[in-house]
Formats: sequence, structure tokens, C-alpha cells
Amino acid sequence: MSRQILVCCGTGCLANGSKAVLDRFREKAGGTNAEIRPYVKKTGCNGFCENGPMVTILPDHITYYKVRPDDVEDILKSLGGAAVERLLYKNDEGKPVCSREENPFYSPQQKIALRNTGIVDPGSIDDYLERGGYQGLKKALSLSPEEVIGEIELSGLRGRGGAGFPTGVKWRSCREVSSDTKYMICNGDEGDPGAFMDRSIMEGDPHSVLEGLIIGAYAIGASRGFLYIRDEYGLALSYVQAAMEEAKRSGYLGENILNSGFHFDCEIVRGGGAFVCGESSALMNSIEGKVGEPRAKYIRSVEKGLFGKPTVLNNVETLANIPYILLHGGKEYSKLGTATSKGTKVFSLVGKVKRTGLVEVPMGITLRDLVFRIGGGIPKGRKFKAVQTGGPSGGCIPESLMDLNIDFDSLKANGSMMGSGGIIVMDDTTCMVELARYYVKFLSEESCGKCTPCREGLRCMLEILTRICEGNGAISDLNLLEELCDTASKASLCELGKTAANPVLSTLNYFREEYIEHIVNKRCPAGVCPQLTTFRISADLCKGCGLCAKGCPVNAIKGEMKKPFLIHQEACIKCGSCREKCPFGAIAADGGSASATEKEGSSC
Amino acid sequence: MSLEHDENRTVKNILDNYPPEQRYSLAVLQEVQKEYGYISPNHLMAISTYFGVPVSEIFSIATFYKALSLEKKGKCVIKVCDGTACHIRGSVNILEEIKRALKIREGETTPDGLFSIEIVNCVGSCAMAPVVICGDEYHGNVQPGNASDIILNAKRSLASASGSQESGKEVRLHE
Repeated sequence: MSRQILVCCGTGCLANGSKAVLDRFREKAGGTNAEIRPYVKKTGCNGFCENGPMVTILPDHITYYKVRPDDVEDILKSLGGAAVERLLYKNDEGKPVCSREENPFYSPQQKIALRNTGIVDPGSIDDYLERGGYQGLKKALSLSPEEVIGEIELSGLRGRGGAGFPTGVKWRSCREVSSDTKYMICNGDEGDPGAFMDRSIMEGDPHSVLEGLIIGAYAIGASRGFLYIRDEYGLALSYVQAAMEEAKRSGYLGENILNSGFHFDCEIVRGGGAFVCGESSALMNSIEGKVGEPRAKYIRSVEKGLFGKPTVLNNVETLANIPYILLHGGKEYSKLGTATSKGTKVFSLVGKVKRTGLVEVPMGITLRDLVFRIGGGIPKGRKFKAVQTGGPSGGCIPESLMDLNIDFDSLKANGSMMGSGGIIVMDDTTCMVELARYYVKFLSEESCGKCTPCREGLRCMLEILTRICEGNGAISDLNLLEELCDTASKASLCELGKTAANPVLSTLNYFREEYIEHIVNKRCPAGVCPQLTTFRISADLCKGCGLCAKGCPVNAIKGEMKKPFLIHQEACIKCGSCREKCPFGAIAADGGSASATEKEGSSC
Repeated sequence: MSLEHDENRTVKNILDNYPPEQRYSLAVLQEVQKEYGYISPNHLMAISTYFGVPVSEIFSIATFYKALSLEKKGKCVIKVCDGTACHIRGSVNILEEIKRALKIREGETTPDGLFSIEIVNCVGSCAMAPVVICGDEYHGNVQPGNASDIILNAKRSLASASGSQESGKEVRLHE
């Protein structure tokens, strides 16, 4: 039986050396038994990047993780026989599992936007066509534009870029504006730190984004389009470019698409590395070759957008859903999800969680399921503290809300937002005050400076938060912060400023005692803020293994083997790497939280 | 041939690939940045003239976007990702270590012109946080203590530059 060997060549796996694995497979595959001569192909991101390079064998559905070039021969020898056990994923019970259905990271997932990523060769249109590619476009062209919009409205699809505006409504509003020129734009300027689903889709399945864009253009009546993609996403840029060229050659893009009389052409614009350009009006300014500043939206872009013409802008993930909806029907799609948020959502589950990566699940999943079932909980026996969702515009959700069913509206009601779907898990070694400071710093640097509440407000907030982190805060600062948040959220020009308060307000709301601890007791309970942290080694728990001293970047830890070690405070830079390294949980921030191991120890 | 003359000729080559419409100004600036590692006053003038846009406007674009720089960067730019995932997994410590090793701060270039340090906001490799990108090479799960190795490797690559292709070099994840 012939076999396919799929080597993941997403950015993550490439960084882990998957190119060498791919080359070795290509070199060696020819020499294998002719009966089972395998077909080797590269694919896009499989989302489980930390365990890359990943290799999947079809049709056996065996997936190998952390494959090195030297493992290639063993894998080739095993084809048709027993799997190479050492390269399999071990589930929570420590049992090696072959298929993804048995892998706790993949089994609860339901892939629509990511339906082809990790399976097709992103550089091959034939691969895409084999998976039902461009069938959605064919279906769309057999319908009237109004019918296409009707189907999208029926699906209940909402924009995956953050705000969650109903896609069908956006398309209809633009359709209804009469104009000789309209534009269709794909927003690939993924900027939310902690989210990388758009990159993954563009890298792994560029044709589905393109197909979504073409269908959208047909629906609204646009003949020109743009894909605005971050310049940092080199792989995505080259695959999307190649996909456009192939689609054009095959008649899915350009003049008279599939003999329907519909013309549409598009081009790529590389982003310049400005977070605010993810905002629709700023992005349009950027495409026009201007500074990427947002504008006040008295008139919506569906009426007057790019170059003053009616424009629809959709996010990458939104567009990747479109062909599926056309093919399977809006009604089918709307069966998934919650009452107000239909379908699935790709989340990037990252931070202090055992299994990190991209997961696509139906809307309405609980945070608990995401973090503990799919993510496998918190590593190193530490305690869960909160998740941050929605990037710099979102907020923190504490443990008490872990059973919240995630959708656009539930997150918003609890002081956060969906954003692009970043789920950042934090444990007891994450300082919530410092996290708020981090986001405010990020936003103040990315603020375009056009409106005062955002430009000046964020600067003041940053000043206050920094002084709290350094132990110079006052209780009255908290009121001041709340006032500044209020002004910024009411008076800013664009969503960047309007939502900038969320990280501050949500941490103030759910973790106020941590702020007070910094201000009153001059102590950072998480052991993060350097001025308020002292790390100590418990002489009772230290076994004298010396791992901490070895890992200390400034040689501040001294001691004799098998005897308790000591941290020299004057040399210590409070990086906390000793706490991470200690296998016995013997190192803790003064009065702060030690690891679970120490807690158990100290309780007896 | 003077350096300045040479510079202008290449900029002209870049400009020739684009129609003189303002919407291409960002793309041209990006190409100039890629070619020279920075955008000089001469470049700004040439671009302004070509597009018929005031030089002040080209200047504001060149200073607005992070990908563009008016100062020459090092041969190898070390980008320390400070996206949220990297941040909470200790990217600040990595940054500090690199700063100590190179004796420069972020945004600066070493006197020998070899290295610059930059902080970047999320490169979308969050699953292997913290991430450091050295030239084109991604390093995942970097831990305090690894930074000096990364720099050493980069120095070797620079030394054997244009020699053997080392871009495919593997980086083991640090468990």
C-alpha cells in the first residue's frame, strides 16, 4: 500500500529543524521497499509547534513528534509495521498514542478554518483541489450575490479578527451601496501578541483564504482586492503570492473567473510593522501609502473605505471559513457554537500550560476544558491563576470564571473580549500588575498618537503602573488609574484606545489585592517585579544538587554539593530562573508562592 | 564612483519597479530598508521626488512603521520577542542577558556594526516561547544561560558569512 509522509514545515517546526527532516525523507524514501514507496510532502503548521518537527504517516494516521533527521530511517523501516514508539505522543497516563484522535490535544478539536492546514502542501493547488478546494467558489458563482450573502447571514458567521461583527451584514451593507469600484480586503496584519492562527492559515492553506476573498468580492461586487500581510510573516507572504499565481493560471482568479463573467484580481501589500494597522481604517490608509493612522468613522468603510470607495475588510480566519460555509450551507455551519456566536474558533493556547498550540473548537467551550482538558493544565505542579484573552484589548479572566462558555458576548460581559483568539494561561508566578503594565506599555508604544486620550492617557497609566511595580505606588493611584481608563475608553478615536483600559480594569477588578500588596506591603507575591522580590533557598528543602547555581545567569548562587545553597542577594538580578530550575521547590520569592512541592512539604 | 552616487543608482533601480503612485511608497521604503539596512536622507529625497509627495510625508511614514529605520542596523539583528506568551515565560530575562553579553541596549548597535538588539511584539511563534530571532534563525524555548550560545553561534555564522549556508541549522528545544 502506498503511503504519504507529511512533514510539518510551519514556522515552528522549521525552527526546530523540520527542513533537515524533510530533506532526509526525500533522500531516503527512494531507497525503501518498492511496494511501500512513500510519497513525501511538506505541509503547513499543525499547531502543536512545541512538539515539532511533526511527521504524519497516512493512511495509517500515525503522528510522530520531535523527529530528528536520524529518526528518519527508523520511520521508513516501520512503514506498514509497528509504529516507532519512542517518537509517539504520550497521553496524560503516559501511554504512547499513534493517532491524533487519541491525542488529548487534538481529540476535542473540530477543524473548519484549519481543515486543510497541516494536510495539504501549501504550495500545491492540486492538493487543495483534491480536498474540495474552489468548490465553494463554484457553488457561489452558481448563485446570485444576494444568495451568497444570504447563506453567510444564515451561517451566523461573525468576524474573527476581534470585534465579532456579523460578516453577512457587512457584506450586505456594502452590496447595497452603488459604486463603479469596490474593494475587498483580507486583513492578515495579525498583531495581537500571543495569537498566531492567521499566520498558520496563510502558511498552511493559502488557497482557502484566497477562495474566501474571491467569494466575498463576488458577493459585494468588487473587482479588486488586497491582502494586507505582516512583513514579518515571510513564509505566509511567499505562499499566498504563489497561491495567487496558481489560482490565476487555473482560472480561479483574474478575468472571467470559471467562465462566469465575473472578474476579480488582487495583490499583496506588506505591512510595515504597526499594531494599529490591524484597525480597519488605519490599514486602508497604509494600503494607500500613507501613515497608518485610523480615522473617525462617521461614515463606515462599507460606504467609503479604501481610496474613498466602498470596501469590505475581513480577517484571514473569517475568510477561511467562507468556502466551507458555501459548500456545506450556512444552516449546517450554524449548528455549531452558541446562540449568538456560531461555528468554531481557532484559539492559540499559550503561556503557562502543558500543551501549547493552535486549537480549533466550537464556540461555547469552557475555559476549563480549553486549559485543562486540551492544554493538560499547568506545568511543574504550579497553580493556575488566570487566562488573558483578546490580546492588548482584552482582559484577564480569573479562576472563578473558568466554567464560562467562551463566545464573543460572554467574554465581553466579563470585562474581556474574544479578540483574535489568543488564550494566554498564567500561573502563580505571573504578576498581574506587571502584566497590566506590559499591555499598557505595548499599547502606548503602538498608539499612533493621533488622539489625546490614547496618546497621553496611556502614557500616564504606564507611569502609574511602573511606579506601583517599583514599589512607589500609593492607594490613590488606583482611583487615578480607573479615571484614566474611563476617559480613554470613552473618548479615544479608535478601538485601540477604546479598549486599552481592559487589561488594567480587569486586573484591578479581579486581582485588586495584588495591587494593594505591591502598594502597601511593597511585595510582589508572584516574584516578578525585581524591586519587590527577594528569592531565597529553603535550607530544609534544598538537597544541594546545584542545578540552580548552574542555571544562574549571573553566578549569584554559591554552595557545596549536597549542602544547602545560598543566593547572594547583591548579585541576584531576580530573574527567577533558579525557581524554575529547582526540582525540589526549595526556592521561592520572599513570602510569595513557592511551588506545589514546597507547599506540600511545609504543610506537614 | 562615490558611495552616494552608488546609493542613488540602486534606489533608482528599486523605484523603477513601481509606478509613480503614492500607494507604493511603503513598499519602496521596505525594499530600501532591506537593501541598505536603513533609510538615508538621500533615499527620502529620491523617493519623495519620484512619488511627488512632500519629503515630510515620506519621513513620517519612515518613522511611523517599525520595519523602517533611519539608523543603520547591525549585520545581525537580534530580535527578542516580547509578545505576551514570551513575556510571561521570561523574555525580559533573556533580553537582559543579551544586553549584558553585547554591552548595548535595545535599539542600539555594537560599535563593530555586527549586532543590533530589537524588541519585537510577537512573531507568532508563541507555542515555543520565549523566542529569539537571530538574523533569520528562530530559537525557541530559550532559557537564561542560552543567550551567550546564541550570540556565539551568530558570530560564527557572520565570520563564515557568504560561505557555507548555515540557515538550515537546527536548534534543539531546551526542555
